[in-house]
Amino acid sequence: MASDPHVQSGAVGAGAVEAVQAPPSPLAAFWASFCENRGAVMGLALLSLIVFVAVFAEFVSPYSPVEQFRDFTKLPPVWVEGGNWHYLLGTDALGRDTLTRLIFGARVSLFIGLTVMVVSVIIGVALGLAAAAMGGIVDVMIMRVMDLILSVPGLVLAILIVAVMGPSLTNTIVAVTAVFLPRYVRLVRASALSELGRDYVTSARVAGAGPFRLMVFTVLPNCLAPLIVQAALGVSEAILEAAALGFLGLGAQPPVAEWGAMLADSREFIRSNPWIVTLPGLAILVTVISINLFGDGLRDALDPKLKRS
Amino acid sequence: MLRFLLKRLALTIPTFVALMFVTFVAIRMVPGDPVEVRTGERGISPERLAQFRHELGLDQPVWKQFADYAWGLLHGDFGTSVVTNERVLTEFMQLFPATLELAFFGMVFAILIGIPAGVIAALKRGSIFDQTLMGLSLTGFSMPIFWWGLLLIMLVSERLGWTPVSGRIDLIKFYFEPVTGFMLIDALLSDQAGAFKSAFHHLMLPMIVLGTVPLATLARMTRSSMLEVLSEDYVRTAYAKGLSPFRVIGLHALRNALIPVVTIIGLQVGSLMAGAVLTETIFSWPGVGKWLIESIGRRDYPALQGGILLISSIVIVVNLTVDMLYGFINPRIRHGQ
Repeated sequence: MASDPHVQSGAVGAGAVEAVQAPPSPLAAFWASFCENRGAVMGLALLSLIVFVAVFAEFVSPYSPVEQFRDFTKLPPVWVEGGNWHYLLGTDALGRDTLTRLIFGARVSLFIGLTVMVVSVIIGVALGLAAAAMGGIVDVMIMRVMDLILSVPGLVLAILIVAVMGPSLTNTIVAVTAVFLPRYVRLVRASALSELGRDYVTSARVAGAGPFRLMVFTVLPNCLAPLIVQAALGVSEAILEAAALGFLGLGAQPPVAEWGAMLADSREFIRSNPWIVTLPGLAILVTVISINLFGDGLRDALDPKLKRS
Repeated sequence: MLRFLLKRLALTIPTFVALMFVTFVAIRMVPGDPVEVRTGERGISPERLAQFRHELGLDQPVWKQFADYAWGLLHGDFGTSVVTNERVLTEFMQLFPATLELAFFGMVFAILIGIPAGVIAALKRGSIFDQTLMGLSLTGFSMPIFWWGLLLIMLVSERLGWTPVSGRIDLIKFYFEPVTGFMLIDALLSDQAGAFKSAFHHLMLPMIVLGTVPLATLARMTRSSMLEVLSEDYVRTAYAKGLSPFRVIGLHALRNALIPVVTIIGLQVGSLMAGAVLTETIFSWPGVGKWLIESIGRRDYPALQGGILLISSIVIVVNLTVDMLYGFINPRIRHGQ
């Protein structure tokens, strides 16, 4: 008798494997769903390429980003008349290789985008969970401060912060993080509040979970899907915002190869050397589009509720 | 309804006070002594220095300084520019119409193209038009608008010679006193031949550049909102009772689809102001955005402080108005459901 249930369940299990396939692991399911979206796959491929180039900039790029070839200033790209095979995408007004500077610019932009995202997600999760868990005066204080930040147009707030702290790469990151913080706080607070009323939270509380454990290990994992989507799309917006600051001369300072600053330097050559103006902007556009495509794919795969029709 | 209005109003007061406080603190964290900025490098006697400090209120305790500052703000005193010695509010009001005109026409451009395009894309879902539009919308949404402006200048102004590169009107040919502050309307009122054309040509590129991101957002929003509405029962009913497709879409579907779109239009004000900073810088458009950037370069911190406070106040007031209008249209919001 004692061995009967074993035999039975074994038989049922074997039959089930033959009849229906085992459910795919969550990761595989996510990947299959992600791959349905052609744009997302394209975005991911393009983004991987940009990340690769940025990480291995020293090895991929032909020169140093600050090396000046004074005999070859303002060259057009190689496929235009007057181009030089040694400088595939031409050179800028100081004779620096454009391709090299674009590659190193990818590193700067991705670094800014990722740092802003990581810092604002961490602070956003902490503040959002705190607001949701404690309620009352803490909640009101946090949300009023976020309202305050939201009331100043993003770029204008970033300009104020940089004007006070002085223009630099670090301060660009601080400024852009401050601009993007409220959306994470609001998102985490809203989803945490909606989770807090669920039965599984109550049961965890009854089982004796402390407030920290409850929020971080029980509630937070269930708020992650929209947060990841927002974070992915936030990277592209942070890159745009930082490039705008760089363009206004308030971002990374020379001779750092930053796409926005490269564009600002190129403005005077708009008539004579259109390529110097075109390429850095194209780099920004392609990077931002690929992150947005990737983010859209993430949203469709992770968060079916938000799926756009 | 009144309760809702009062509650929304009350919520903005702490935001205003905090905003005053932040700009007050920020200006004091700026490197450099405001007295030194005024006196220059020639040096100054201790008596004059003390007098200057007294004039600027810097010898008062900090809480008193803040109280004076807040009191001044409530009476419309947003400080005095250290460069032009003019009241910040006066300067702002002189430049603001230019920004308003730019933002207004940028939005009109976005609405006139974005909403019809979104509707057509929804009706022809999956078609070439739909796919192209969604691709373009993604591109527009991802566009660094400062680069987009430079590209348009290169193509339309330099290569084709169709539009001027900067400014609001051809200042050599036309001069008239501002009446409304909107160059297009003033040009019409001036009765000078060609003035309107010149003003319009100047406005065209900046308007397109500023309108691009809202255009992409609106097209996307309209499309998805329209798709949602088209699958509703009442649309099917309208078709079933024999109404023409034109009537069903124009009257029954579109009106409902536009509700969320209208909200989005209202909420674009903040990003329009941010976009105006970049657009005005590229096209030398004499508005508050360009002025703000220039005041950083000139270390004119009172102007910067007052300008940011004024811009933020405008955004707060507009958002509040949109919120209230929305509460007026949609009772569910009003009752906090």
